[in-house]
Amino acid sequence: MAARVSFLRSLIVIGVWLGLALLCFSVRSAAQERPYFVTYSQDMEEPGNLDIESFNVVGNPKGGDAFMGSDAELEYGVTAWWTTEFYLDGQATSDQSTIFTGFRWENRVRPWMGEHWINPVLYAELEDTSADKTLREVVGHDGNPDMLVPNGLARLDKEREIELKLILGSNVRGWNISENFITEKNFQNGDPWEFGYALGVSRPLKLAASAQECIFCAEKFQAGAELYGGLGDAKGFGTSFTSQYFGPTINWTAPNGMTIGMSPQFGLNSYSIPFLFRFSISYEIEQVFSRFHR
Amino acid sequence: MIRTSKSRLAFTLLLFSALAVSATSNGAWMNKVPERDRDKQNPYGDQADAIAAGQRIFHDHCAHCHGADAEGTKKRPSLRTERVQQQATEGDLHWLLVNGSMGAGMPSWSKLGDPQIWQVIAYVRSLKVEQAAK
Repeated sequence: MAARVSFLRSLIVIGVWLGLALLCFSVRSAAQERPYFVTYSQDMEEPGNLDIESFNVVGNPKGGDAFMGSDAELEYGVTAWWTTEFYLDGQATSDQSTIFTGFRWENRVRPWMGEHWINPVLYAELEDTSADKTLREVVGHDGNPDMLVPNGLARLDKEREIELKLILGSNVRGWNISENFITEKNFQNGDPWEFGYALGVSRPLKLAASAQECIFCAEKFQAGAELYGGLGDAKGFGTSFTSQYFGPTINWTAPNGMTIGMSPQFGLNSYSIPFLFRFSISYEIEQVFSRFHR
Repeated sequence: MIRTSKSRLAFTLLLFSALAVSATSNGAWMNKVPERDRDKQNPYGDQADAIAAGQRIFHDHCAHCHGADAEGTKKRPSLRTERVQQQATEGDLHWLLVNGSMGAGMPSWSKLGDPQIWQVIAYVRSLKVEQAAK
């Protein structure tokens, strides 16, 4: 009972912090974010802009305790072709504990200038986490069994990982189609390289903007779908004992530039967590370090 | 010795940055525009609604670099120059917005989608050439 109260309290604390953080920033910006939670598109952060984001996932694994994984992200556009991002991760598990699970630092580089029919982006991330439940990517044999390990034990399993992604993205008649190929290696315990994928498709509900400012008009919404999962590891490539997820996704950009997204996602096999609910909130600050930017 | 090589590196980076910015602001990008893109026509033309919508998009995404009235800032060029208003075709501007000029700090705006890109162009072309910006 006490742990359940702690779980609820942590949800409230996260909500209050996010609200305060967003109220602190008054610089207007209207980010046009894709509604993806796991998939990366080819879009880079605009140079000089800082995106403050929180991505959250709530799940209830079979035979385990309900959990909420959260991360706070700072995404900065260093140049038009280079975006860097820093994450702080945490999770709360019902009847267990609320813990800080580590940090991650990623860099995305777009090697080819200009727009092509398919646009590659190279992604590299360093992770230092343990007992992570943010599920921002699914690789190898990640799945429901991982969520059954109590926090006290899971924290002992350090994950010092490097993650590489090839992101491919295309814009076709207002649709965005993105494909990610993921490989990850934990250097802490000699695990083999693990593989995964994520696919996303999305489109604004209306492509042309309205002449008048509006709040709930179709152009402020982007909708789509995501499919992602593990592909085994270097010792056994394939979908055997991997988890796979699919779900619709939608986001809405408020007039003050805040973007709110959500997505119900469904496990496609018995190895997956049956249901995940993801939600996000983000805010973009324009030209935050402009004095240092050329 | 190390300090000298670091200074050289810094100078080279600075020079490349300056060249890249100058390449965009002097219109060198126009030479890269393929003929089929140059000839594209703005489907929104001079439509008042498109200009108003373009102004909103401009203020959301472009004004922080190019200035609230597109008059330029210390670091980014004015869009009220003869080059933008008269020499470049609408197709040229569309190509620049879709592809960006990433070396010069101009990102690709393809994520806006064609209709919004054309609306921004309709707004930008509705502005007057500033004498000082010629």
